[in-house]
Amino acid sequence: MELKETILKNLKEKFPAVNFEETEFRGELTLTFDKKFVVEVCSFLKENTELQFNMCTDVTAIDWAKRKNRFTVVYQIYSLSHKFRLRLKCNVDESDCSINSVSSVWKSANWYERETYDMYGITFNNHPDLRRMYMPEDFEYHPLRKDFPLMGIPGSLPLPKKD
Amino acid sequence: MERITKDDVHPKIIEALLGADSDITVEDALENEMILNMGPQHPATHGVLRVVLRLDGETVIAAVPELGYLHRGYEKMAENMGYYDFIPHTDRLDYLSPLANNVSWVLAVEKLAGIEAPPRAQYIRMMIAEFARIASHLVAIGSLAMDVGALTVFLWTLREREKILDIWDILCGARFTNSYTRIGGIANDASPEAMAKAKWFIDQFLPNLDECERLINKNRIFIERLDGVGVISAADALEIGMTGPSLRGSGVEYDVRRANPYLFYNDMDFKVITYPEGDSLARYFVRVDEAKESAKIIRQILEKMPEGEVLANQPKKVLPKKQEIYSRMEELIHDFMLVNFGINPPVGEIYSAIENSKGEMGFYLVSKGEGHPWKCKIKSPSFSNLQALPHLVQGRMISDVVAIIGSIDPIMGEADK
Repeated sequence: MELKETILKNLKEKFPAVNFEETEFRGELTLTFDKKFVVEVCSFLKENTELQFNMCTDVTAIDWAKRKNRFTVVYQIYSLSHKFRLRLKCNVDESDCSINSVSSVWKSANWYERETYDMYGITFNNHPDLRRMYMPEDFEYHPLRKDFPLMGIPGSLPLPKKD
Repeated sequence: MERITKDDVHPKIIEALLGADSDITVEDALENEMILNMGPQHPATHGVLRVVLRLDGETVIAAVPELGYLHRGYEKMAENMGYYDFIPHTDRLDYLSPLANNVSWVLAVEKLAGIEAPPRAQYIRMMIAEFARIASHLVAIGSLAMDVGALTVFLWTLREREKILDIWDILCGARFTNSYTRIGGIANDASPEAMAKAKWFIDQFLPNLDECERLINKNRIFIERLDGVGVISAADALEIGMTGPSLRGSGVEYDVRRANPYLFYNDMDFKVITYPEGDSLARYFVRVDEAKESAKIIRQILEKMPEGEVLANQPKKVLPKKQEIYSRMEELIHDFMLVNFGINPPVGEIYSAIENSKGEMGFYLVSKGEGHPWKCKIKSPSFSNLQALPHLVQGRMISDVVAIIGSIDPIMGEADK
């Protein structure tokens, strides 16, 4: 595909210091790179007139449980003019469980990042409103982590007390 | 008795309103403003959506949607069950168009596992997805009209929807939570009776929809409650991540069926409906016109429907037919392996999306080569559409909030996962 080469060429020209690891599965392109550059790369992909990735479809994370870099934050982005989907991935280690927020690039990332924070406990730096999306604010765990049991933890959700 | 002076009346009220179980804080003092809690048990918030409004008189200054009252953890459950087992759960996501979710899930799994369903199955999938769109839009139109005070439309559109549910009943034995699709095809072939009923429905649907439209399209109350209410520009709608009819109501021509065609939508002749105004009325018109386009698509599907099998013949991936399991050794072994260990797609990850009645409904699946997905992310259109709610209601009246929620048509089962 022509556009795939254009994306890689543009990114390598703009960010010579960043190592973009590309994988392709079932025709879907995935780029993995260092989490330090996530905001720069995302805003470049959005602003570049040749690429125009103007939609952020989804932000989520994967918990690999036993790997060195335990989490991977995944961004699904879409270019409306090229009708092309691209997946960006950044590895996040448990010892420094944070990544810069891209909600300044795409506003839609706001809620997606809140959901990811809620479910995986990954902190998004510079996020305007980092609260839990689904679980109550005083909930202590992050349910989609692999060490959270499927049946839940008894007593983790306090019931209203009788006076 | 504790005496409340004028100075501490506001903190007391705020404390009482935002009691111990709430996680919303009001930082700056409220002077002439009021905090109003709307939902989660409110008939006009379409399920269990809670919106906390900050009001000046009757004008909304800010709104904070609170989600999670219907959070059942489907993503966690998907990680702990096989690909087949999750099909019934997809019914419960967008419970107004369960069949479209079934189609979305099996398309994602088939993409991951590299299975292709036979053409007849794909045509039937396309037909049920369009029926689901019509059914969902009928509810959306009816409940929007009911939210702004026109009750008759709701009864009439639900009468039409009832006929679709009857078709589903003949098709797959269930009216509401269908679970009709299977990986590699569909559960059973569509009977001639179902096809005849589908044809009958399409023939009488357009005049009946027209009748519903005539009730409200020139109704002054209906128009004035929606015209110019909740306006969002095309650029903002894209930025906030809206999809589906809500995005097309702002004039952005993005429809997954056209942009990244799946099934046989390439062979179908239909228009992508857009309205440039971006207000609630435009979103209503998009839904009505889309229902008509869907009827047009179903008519083409019924004409072009090929004959043949409805389940792919890939015994290592797709459950074989029951009579073969009982009479042949190979099929019995494959059935045993599939039921006990799952379909084991290769290591990899995919994102597959379809155009649901609410917008782009997608599944992001990560496989480690096991019988269950390592990670399943549901991209739900209601969730991303609701994100625009604070933007839409700002500066409007409380009564407009109801109309705006109705016009973006969120389904909380899907938004809360």
